[in-house]
Amino acid sequence: MTVIDFARAFFGDSAHWHGEDGIPHRVVQHLLYSAEALAIAAAIGLPVGLLTGHHRRGGNTLALVATAARALPTFGLLVLMFTWLGFGLVPVMIPLVALAVPPVLVTAYEAVRSVDPPPVDAARGMGMSETRILLQVELPVALPLVLSGLRTAAVQVVSTATIAAYVSFGGLGRYIIDGLAQKDYEKVVGGATLVVGLALATLAVFWAVARIAVSPGVRRSH
Amino acid sequence: MTGFFDIPSDLQHSWLGLVGLHLREALLPVLAGLVLSLPVAQLCVRFRWFYAPVFGVTTVLYAVPSLAFFVLLIDYTGMTESTVMIPLAVYSLVVLVPAIVDGVRSVPPETLAAATAMGLGPVRRYLQVQLPIAVPAIIAGLRVAAVSSISLVSIGMLIGNQGALGNLLNDAQIYHRPELAVNSVVTTAALGILVDALLVLVRTLLTPWMPRKGASR
Repeated sequence: MTVIDFARAFFGDSAHWHGEDGIPHRVVQHLLYSAEALAIAAAIGLPVGLLTGHHRRGGNTLALVATAARALPTFGLLVLMFTWLGFGLVPVMIPLVALAVPPVLVTAYEAVRSVDPPPVDAARGMGMSETRILLQVELPVALPLVLSGLRTAAVQVVSTATIAAYVSFGGLGRYIIDGLAQKDYEKVVGGATLVVGLALATLAVFWAVARIAVSPGVRRSH
Repeated sequence: MTGFFDIPSDLQHSWLGLVGLHLREALLPVLAGLVLSLPVAQLCVRFRWFYAPVFGVTTVLYAVPSLAFFVLLIDYTGMTESTVMIPLAVYSLVVLVPAIVDGVRSVPPETLAAATAMGLGPVRRYLQVQLPIAVPAIIAGLRVAAVSSISLVSIGMLIGNQGALGNLLNDAQIYHRPELAVNSVVTTAALGILVDALLVLVRTLLTPWMPRKGASR
């Protein structure tokens, strides 16, 4: 049997389509964890990245923080937090947030810092406050890059939320972890296919958001 | 903490042995990714139309979760080291190709023209002018690839204890020795930071013309 046969068998079995362990429930669970982790990471990374980018300093410190966070092994951190804190949402969120913050933080900083100075100076000359310069001049120009940082983070969170199943959590990782334990290869392949699909859907969502949110004038120059 | 470095015998390695194994499993794929991505990137630079499809494929491949990737490979390579190393090589490729393309493309046309005027052929021009100037961009890519590779190896534990230092996480649970999990996380993070610092050092050595104090990414 090939991978495609396994996937077909998995999706063809109607027992996989409802209940606690059904595909719709697992997909929703997976999306909820991912969205929560991304929201926390954005709440930390965006303000810090945008502000440091606006003031054009602190880049080296940010790079250090990002490197340290990137070096933390996500899976190891998950197991460690689980052994320390026990079952709960916090031990799952800590490693996912640590994974998502560096790309959000670093790209937000880089994006704002590399905005062309003339329009910023013009805005300042017109008497705009620093907050308005950041929100109405720098952010719209930096938006494509800021979104690409968020996209990288989102895709990584969606694909990595799989391992939450190892510490008895739900989500699509359940199929992979349970399937491996039960030597049910059909389940494993089905779960893996679903996660890949979800990650690709995330890419598509961010592509659509960029189409809608980025101003046409900025888009043309990219 | 007693027994911090007492590794259970089922792992068949000392702590240093696990460190060596971890570095091997993490860095060989990065090396393979680098060797593969140089020609691919060069193709993208030479033929501009080639870049868009390559970029699309690599973005999609990067979206494949490591655990799913490992699991799908079990059918072909079994629960072996290769099952962990192949996906890591693919991820490295995905990070490195855009980095190298950007680096090589950032070489100013005047510099290339000067090289040609000095009588450098395409091969020597590539090796002696384009590649050295692209070194900072390549190293930036290598840093991301190496650090994430070191972090991802641990997940290999889930497919038949192929996770090197990650295997400590399993033992921490079955023997109720949380210090082993601490050991795994701290050692892996330290390895990541160490390799990152080494790559920065390599960049400084390879690009003596760059200003010593500069914003690093």
